[in-house]
Amino acid sequence: MPAGRTPPAISEPKRGPEELLVVSEVSKHFGGVRAVAGVSLTVRSGEMVSIIGPNGAGKTSLLNIISGFYRPDGGSIVFAGRPITGLRPSRIAALGIARTFQNIALFGGMTVLDNIMLGRHVHMRAGVLSSFLYWGLAQREEVAHRARVEELIEFLELEDLRKQPTSGLAYGLRKRVELARALALEPKLLLLDEPMGGMNQEEKEDMARFILDVNREWGTTTILIEHDMAVVMDISDRVIVLDRGRKIAEGSPVEVQRDPAVIAAYLGTAREREEAA
Amino acid sequence: MSEALTLPRLLCRNARAFAGRPAIREKNRGIWRSWSWAQYWQEVRDFALGLAACGFRRGDKLSVIGDNRPRLYCAQLAAQSLGGCAVPVYQDSIAAELAYVLDHAEVSVIVAEDQEQVDKILSLKGRLPHLRLLVYDDPRGLRDYEEPLLASFDQISAKGREFGAAHPGYVEAEIAKGAPQDLALLSYTSGTTGPPKGVMLSHANLLCAAAAFAKAEDVRPGDNMLCYLPMAWIGDSLLSLVLHQLVGFTANCPERPDTVQRDLRELGPTIGIAPPRIWENMLTAIRVRAADASPLKRRVFDFFQRLAEAAELLKAEGKKPGPAMRLGLCLGEVFVYRPVRDRLGLARARWFYTGGAPLGPETFRFFRALGVNLKQVWGATELSGLASLQPDGEANPDTVGPLLAGGELRISAEGEVQVRSAAVFQGYYKDPEATREALTADGWYRTGDAGYVDERGHLVIIDRAKDVGQLADGTPFAPQFIENKLKFSPFIAEAVAFGHQRPFVAAIIAIDAGTVGNWAERRNLAYTSFQDLSAKPEVRRLIRDEIARCNRTLPPAAHVRRFVLLNKEFDADDSEVTRTRKIRRRFVAEKYAALVDALYGGADTVALSAAITYEDGRTGMLTATLAIETVEAAAEPAREPIYA
Repeated sequence: MPAGRTPPAISEPKRGPEELLVVSEVSKHFGGVRAVAGVSLTVRSGEMVSIIGPNGAGKTSLLNIISGFYRPDGGSIVFAGRPITGLRPSRIAALGIARTFQNIALFGGMTVLDNIMLGRHVHMRAGVLSSFLYWGLAQREEVAHRARVEELIEFLELEDLRKQPTSGLAYGLRKRVELARALALEPKLLLLDEPMGGMNQEEKEDMARFILDVNREWGTTTILIEHDMAVVMDISDRVIVLDRGRKIAEGSPVEVQRDPAVIAAYLGTAREREEAA
Repeated sequence: MSEALTLPRLLCRNARAFAGRPAIREKNRGIWRSWSWAQYWQEVRDFALGLAACGFRRGDKLSVIGDNRPRLYCAQLAAQSLGGCAVPVYQDSIAAELAYVLDHAEVSVIVAEDQEQVDKILSLKGRLPHLRLLVYDDPRGLRDYEEPLLASFDQISAKGREFGAAHPGYVEAEIAKGAPQDLALLSYTSGTTGPPKGVMLSHANLLCAAAAFAKAEDVRPGDNMLCYLPMAWIGDSLLSLVLHQLVGFTANCPERPDTVQRDLRELGPTIGIAPPRIWENMLTAIRVRAADASPLKRRVFDFFQRLAEAAELLKAEGKKPGPAMRLGLCLGEVFVYRPVRDRLGLARARWFYTGGAPLGPETFRFFRALGVNLKQVWGATELSGLASLQPDGEANPDTVGPLLAGGELRISAEGEVQVRSAAVFQGYYKDPEATREALTADGWYRTGDAGYVDERGHLVIIDRAKDVGQLADGTPFAPQFIENKLKFSPFIAEAVAFGHQRPFVAAIIAIDAGTVGNWAERRNLAYTSFQDLSAKPEVRRLIRDEIARCNRTLPPAAHVRRFVLLNKEFDADDSEVTRTRKIRRRFVAEKYAALVDALYGGADTVALSAAITYEDGRTGMLTATLAIETVEAAAEPAREPIYA
């Protein structure tokens, strides 16, 4: 008998005080441009942290450094107690950091199901031969992984799209599939780069709901880059503000909104934009 | 029917007689999962015990809100087991409607599907003084709620098992106390006028209608049905709850509302019912797909479709098709009819029904021609959902069949259809005045439908009695008849016809965004929104030609002479249609009085500002200038192909 719908068990919801990610004084230069200049931050297990800042503040660069896409010029990153500075992205993913991209990076010709299955890749153990024959371990593994992927499909309400190629999907749905693929990795830390960029109000509300549910139901620690202030202030435990590669403020959503440095940074960019126009 | 049957007693019987056979299935995480009759009964008993532990007593009312889920059906049966009454409500109701029904029915327990529904109920808490317990099925997102009213389905069932250990035989004893005349279901009619009314139906009422249906159609335990229509609709209650218990077939719940079409195909149900709206949508989908196919396939499809429709017409006249036609039909079965039926999930259908509102004859004939045993049924919530049905071999688009066994029929002097049977309801809840209006002293129910009985004994429904009017020159005018003709056009989603006390017939038309959008794209006609699309002169011409074609099938007096394209779709949130998608004609006429005046004035354009309601209950204004088009009684225009 199906026992109702039990919440999927990825990891126990931990809201302990332990530090999951410690970034110390990392910097990254591109030629003469200082993208990230000596940023430090700490993320604790189970937290939902947002990084905000004007365009070009270094938000995506910071995410790229954490996920191993960029090698930092200086500073160190410690994840779950072990240094990961300068490791290859695949290694970092295997350690439990998953991400989504600002510009959707899905395999357009593949179905929603296959794209998400791909996220299970790091957990697959079967060899080439047994996979080819679909026998023994390979078969058991496939069934187990598929069950896990079905949980995600249900969680993100993608049931009606399982067999559809992602290239034909609406933008908001592709973003959701990308989130599902990142979650398929069963990450300890989830990095989301503008998951709501380019969405309409309704899609944004749905997405915010999903992100919040992932964090609350499964205890997945999340770092979110987002431009929509209403969403950020609504769902974050803590907000970190970057401007021109530096951290200029950090605190609860309310504290950050009142911070004079933050107000200046945002008004400043607005004035510059007006001048440029 | 044997004596003293109630729904819970039937469930006990089924748990013994069919023990290991599937009672209900649900598609979850991509797999169909079955509950046997024994498990179903256990689930109902545990939940009933849990309700009893929480103080649910005889005569209390339990409401369910959500998509069709096995546990929501369980909850209704659990309430009935304790001598209570089930009050299913529409899951897409906006807050104000919901508060009215739940408060009016004095519901003490609500079983909600998920967080969305729980949030909705909690927002109304202050207006529901009778509410004591709010149960949810899916716990997602509800972890951190601190709300004393709230409990999960599993918690209540666990509580029930404890209570059951302390009180052995409790539910069984309560079921034994139940009587057929107990109130089983309080079904709120979506009401084309005024606030919803609570129709009181007893076990005996419901089982009478279900038994007559089962007898007429030979429904068997091996049958399969997909439960996808709103649980609050009497049609779903009658089939998925009552007939299901009476016959013991297998009910199936789709994965999600969006997957119904796919689930239907996987399942291949043997029996099902769909309102005209769904048949119309299916037909439109088939036509769009056919238009997208390669020219060869399109020709093959068109040829065999015309052939089948010709054969269907011959059959209706009582003639037999010749040998060439029979050969053609055999080929068609292999190449077209069967594959299309399979696509639609109708490959194993023994019968399918359309009911709730009349279905356009062309749409009806289309599906019959494809080999779907589609039949019309007619009923009313007040008649436990079903009163008449077409026997096999006598299906036709014009009648709704003879009255079911056990019922009596008469036509009043004013032409109103009246019915008397054991299925006639007990009255409207807390509304004796409305009850007196609807029921005569000797137990006849006034259906409010105008109709007559034809020479074969089939009932023919003309329209709602109060809607049937006269044109200014005295010609009778039945708006629904004209609207159904119009809606056969794949480009027209909804139509409202006017003409009572007017010199001619005029219509407000809502275009079908899907097909018209498709049509516009094929012509490289750029548009941004529904509003923009509906304002295109090309689209207006397209619809004008469609109406001109439709006029040819109408008597000259009933020709639609002027029309206007509405800049939005008719929406239940704006109260323009009911939750079962019937046009609320009077409301529309009042809301769009400016449009109606303009249709009968000489103007070519009209300024319209209309209130719209968003899904979350917020409202806004939509202002636009709409163009009014005149349809000349000209020669027949060439058929506008969907493709080109």
